[in-house]
Amino acid sequence: MAAEYQINAGFIPLFDSAVLIAAREIGFAAREGVDLTLSRETSWANIRDRIAIGHFDLAHMLGPMPIACNLGLTPLASDTIVPFSLGLGGNCVTVSNTLWAGMAAHGALPDLDPARAGKALGALIRERANAGRDPLRFAVVHPHSGHNYELRYWLAACGIDPSREIEIVIVPPPFMADALAAGRIDGYCVGEPWNSASVVAGTGHIATVKATIWKTSPEKVVGVRKAWAEKHPEALSALLRALHHAARWCQDPVNRGELAALMAQPSVLGLSPALQMPILTGHLALGGGAERTVEDFFLPFDKAANFPWKSHALWFYTQMVRWRHVAHTPENLAIARDCYRPDLYRSALKPLGVALPGANSKVEGALASATPVGSAGASLVLGPDGFFDGQIFDPDEIDAYIARQKLARAEA
Amino acid sequence: MIRKSLTVLVIDENHIRASIIEAGLREAGHEQVTVVHDVAGIARRIAEIEPDVIVIDLENPNRDMLENMFQLSRVVKRPIAMFVDRSDQASIEAAVEAGVSAYVVDGLRQERVKPILDMAISRFNAFSRMARELEEARSELEDRKVIDRAKGILMRSRGLSEDAAYALLRKTAMNQNRKISEIAQSLVTAAGLLDPGES
Repeated sequence: MAAEYQINAGFIPLFDSAVLIAAREIGFAAREGVDLTLSRETSWANIRDRIAIGHFDLAHMLGPMPIACNLGLTPLASDTIVPFSLGLGGNCVTVSNTLWAGMAAHGALPDLDPARAGKALGALIRERANAGRDPLRFAVVHPHSGHNYELRYWLAACGIDPSREIEIVIVPPPFMADALAAGRIDGYCVGEPWNSASVVAGTGHIATVKATIWKTSPEKVVGVRKAWAEKHPEALSALLRALHHAARWCQDPVNRGELAALMAQPSVLGLSPALQMPILTGHLALGGGAERTVEDFFLPFDKAANFPWKSHALWFYTQMVRWRHVAHTPENLAIARDCYRPDLYRSALKPLGVALPGANSKVEGALASATPVGSAGASLVLGPDGFFDGQIFDPDEIDAYIARQKLARAEA
Repeated sequence: MIRKSLTVLVIDENHIRASIIEAGLREAGHEQVTVVHDVAGIARRIAEIEPDVIVIDLENPNRDMLENMFQLSRVVKRPIAMFVDRSDQASIEAAVEAGVSAYVVDGLRQERVKPILDMAISRFNAFSRMARELEEARSELEDRKVIDRAKGILMRSRGLSEDAAYALLRKTAMNQNRKISEIAQSLVTAAGLLDPGES
């Protein structure tokens, strides 16, 4: 079928761009009449700039990034909407061998338990502070990223003030492992394969993972220039259907070898296929010979992974408020709520007769185990979606949630 | 009124391109120009230099780190923002297409910065053109070398004259709708496989 729609998209070399890559390389886009051109970029700033000037119609983006754009928190921001999520989970917190030894001395075990690891880290931080040593330095990929917010959430829930007791710097994902090995940072939070890269090199230890801090939590999304989406609704719908099929293909264990080889190509990640396997299997080497298999470590499709929940956008918004990236006002809240567009996802996928969530939001942290839910069409399983500290985020009680976190910080 | 000359920091990992920009800035009368190739320790450098304008290549993967740093007032004394003149969309497009961006300190008038950005854009484009031409010249030289080797193989193995060997390569290329250098490369590769002594 000749391509009806030309779509230009950007991506950053990270494994969670897989759905976009597979849509083009395995032919799902072509099957929907979409000629999808993908350009690899070196920074999120470049992605933002090229969206703004129209080089890209859409791109692989950090979940909070389109919200930050619409809130005017970045230069060259253009109205961006999110009709599709590229997956759940996939990040780790990796620390240097020295820091891990210090944490282990305070009770951390190689079991990825965020509460235990955080408690040990807190004890170590206070010991260092008493000895007059410099604060530990952690890196994340971008201020408006799931990484920054989940790292801060984890630390704060363990009684560590991430704004005062540690330093948080920005390092591009491919440089994380080198920065850790060179001692420029003590730890980092990033997506795969950049955690396993440090473990394989023998220079880092995975302390905990996103999938245990907040189970089935949001990560990358497809950010679309709003003006383009409004002008080309058919092209967008065709692409969303292609991404849906690509995501299902990425989730299927049968395709793991082929997907790993695809992502390993020099034009995509340029790393060995073996390094792509931990994220695909959830079986992680943690460092020092320890291994662990994490349930739902990274989900490109299952558990409604592609549905752009408004509750995910709103949780990111509460963390932007919490860490003073933006003021909490009714206008800002509305901007965050309107950024994620489950309506577009639903209307594009409706003709396929696949399982679709009936609601736009859910109470995050309410599902303690995998739960079949009522949905249009076929059956759908959600969760578990709990936060490790047992907190619940009810998007209908957003003021109370923000107030509670503010109070917790004031008491710290 | 004599205005203080602007202090410009150029961040570019490409040494040649950085010196081309630096030369352009000096020609335009900007004497306070600093060039940095490596962003390690950049916060300290910015604190020392206190640049009015920062010119950076867009391929630099550290843009996110730099933008974050510009917003943290304890690192930089004066807030630094991206040079964005919304009324001048063409200029933004030209900058991104050329692969360059500029950041300026808060309060600096746009018209003082625009000539610097325009100069950077034209020099970035000139550099890309030069790099492209160099690459073309280099591959032309490589092509000629491989064609010579293929001619030699044909002359030895089939007893052809140099002209006849070249004519055969050209005719095969035309028949297969490929470049002569591609046919020559295939022949050299095949000959190497058949006779380890050849390559």
